[in-house]
Amino acid sequence: MDAVFLTFILMLSIFLGFELITKVPATLHTPLMSGANAISGITVVGAIGLAGTGHQDLSNWLGAAAVALASINVVGGYMVTDRMLAMFKKREG
Amino acid sequence: MESTQLLIQLSYVVAAGLFIYGLKLLGSAGTARRGNMLSAIAMLLAIVAALLDQGIVEYQWILIGFVLGGVIGASAARLVQMTSMPEMVALFNGFGGMASLLVGVAAIATATGTFTLVTIVLSILIGGLTFTGSMVAYGKLSERIGSAAIVFSGQQIVNSLIVLGILVSAVMFCIEPANAQWLYLVIGLSLLFGIMAVIPIGGADMPVVISLLNSYSGLAACAAGFAINNNILIVAGSLVGASGIILTQIMCKAMNRSLSNVLFSGFGSASGPAEKVEGEIKPISVEDAYYILEAASNVAIIPGYGMAVAQAQHVVKELTEILEKNGAEVNFGIHPVAGRMPGHMNVLLAEADVPYDQLLEMDDINPRMENVDVAIVIGANDVVNPAARESEGSPIYGMPVINVDHARTVFVLKRSMASGFAGIENPLFYKDNTRMLFGDAKESIGGLVREFGN
Repeated sequence: MDAVFLTFILMLSIFLGFELITKVPATLHTPLMSGANAISGITVVGAIGLAGTGHQDLSNWLGAAAVALASINVVGGYMVTDRMLAMFKKREG
Repeated sequence: MESTQLLIQLSYVVAAGLFIYGLKLLGSAGTARRGNMLSAIAMLLAIVAALLDQGIVEYQWILIGFVLGGVIGASAARLVQMTSMPEMVALFNGFGGMASLLVGVAAIATATGTFTLVTIVLSILIGGLTFTGSMVAYGKLSERIGSAAIVFSGQQIVNSLIVLGILVSAVMFCIEPANAQWLYLVIGLSLLFGIMAVIPIGGADMPVVISLLNSYSGLAACAAGFAINNNILIVAGSLVGASGIILTQIMCKAMNRSLSNVLFSGFGSASGPAEKVEGEIKPISVEDAYYILEAASNVAIIPGYGMAVAQAQHVVKELTEILEKNGAEVNFGIHPVAGRMPGHMNVLLAEADVPYDQLLEMDDINPRMENVDVAIVIGANDVVNPAARESEGSPIYGMPVINVDHARTVFVLKRSMASGFAGIENPLFYKDNTRMLFGDAKESIGGLVREFGN
C-alpha cells in the first residue's frame, strides 16, 4: 500500500510541477534552474537520517558524505539564485 | 502515530506547500526573489523536521556534513562569475546526483521488499549517471576538456551494451541483494553511462543537456525518496524533475530538434547539399559604424555566447544608455538557446543593470525587425542564421531564428571569419545590408562608446 501511496504523490507532484514551470517566463530560466537545483538538495533530509544512526558503519559514512554534498546544493543553490534575482530590475519610470 | 512522528510529517506537508508556492512566485520577475526565499524556508523546515527524528542519536557527523557543504556552497555562490553560471549549475547538479546515489547505497542495509530494492537501483542509476554526466558537462563548459562532440564508430553499440549491462546487473541485484558484486556493477556502469551519454554532445547543445541533467538530479532525489520511504523527497524531487523536463522541451523546440536527435547524434550530421553562399563580406570600421548608429532611431541588440566569453555585457549597457540619450529606442532580442544554458543572456544583462522589460523574446522582436534601423549581433551565430529559413540543405534548417536580416542594417561583431560551431555557413555575413565589425566584442563596443564621447 505504501508503494501505491507514494506513487500517487509522485504523479500529482509531477503534473503540478509541469503546470507551475510552464508559466515561468524565459527571462527567469537561469534562476529557475539554480533554484530547482537547490530544491533537489532535498536529498539532505534523507541523508540526515542515515548519518545520525550512531552505528559506525558504512551507511553512516555514506549518509554523512551525502549530507555534505546535498548541503552544497542547498546552500549554494539558494544563495546564488538570490544573488541573481536581486539583479533583475524593471525599467525606471 | 506517535506525536514526534506526527509533527515531522506535518512539517513535511507545510514544507511541500511552501515549495509549491515558492515555485509559483518564481513565475514572475517581481515576486521571484520572495519565491526563492519561501523555497529556502521550506528546505529549512524540512531539515529541522528531519533532525527531530528519534532514530537520530548522534549529531556530530550530520553537523560536520552541514558545515563542510554549507561553507563550500556559500563560497561558490558568492564567488561565481555570472558568465560561469552554466558551469556552476552543472557542478551542483552532479553533487545532487551523487548525494542521491549515496543515500540509495546506504539504504540497502535496511531495505525490505523488492519494490524498495527497485527504487534503490533507480536512485543509484539516475544519481550515478547524473553525477558523471554533469562532471563531463562541467568539463566541457569550463573548457577543461574540449567542448566539441566526441563521436566514434560503434558508439551506439557500446552504449547499447552498457544499457544492457545496467539492466542485467540491476535485475540480478534485486534478486540477490546480498551479493555485493551486482551492486558494484550497477554503480560502475551507471557512472560510465553518464560519461558516454554526454561526450557526444557538442558545446552549442549544452542548454539541452544542462536542463536534462537538472531534471535527472530531481528524479534521483525522487527515487531516493521511494528508497527511504520519505514523501517530501518525492514531492520536491518530482517538482525539480518536471521543471528540468519542461526546460529541456523548450530548448529542443528552440533548436527544432528532437531530444533523441540531440542526445544520440553529434551535431552537424544532418545531411543535404550544402548551398554555396554567394556575395561578399563587407567589413566596417568602428568609426563608420558610429556614423550609422548615430543616425539610427531604432536599434536592436542580439547577444549570444560570444558576449559572455568577451565579458562585454557592461560595455553593452553603456552603449545602450548612450544610444537612448541620443534619442534611439533600444531593445534586446534574446533567443531561447543563446548562451550555454536557458536564460543565460538574461542573467548577464541583468548583472549589467539592463532592465528585464527591455529584453524581448524571439517572437516579440521578430515582427518589429522591419522597423529596426540597426541590428547589432554580438557573438551570436546560429541563432541569427537566415539559412534556417531559406536553405533546406542546412543542418539548422527549420530552427526558429531571430530575423536580423530584416533590419535595415546589420552589424555582426565577430572575432574573425572562422566558421562557428560545426562549421555551418552563415549567409547573413554575405547579405547586402550586413557589415562585419571584426575584433573582440568588448573592444569594438568600447570603441563605439568612445566615438560617441568625442
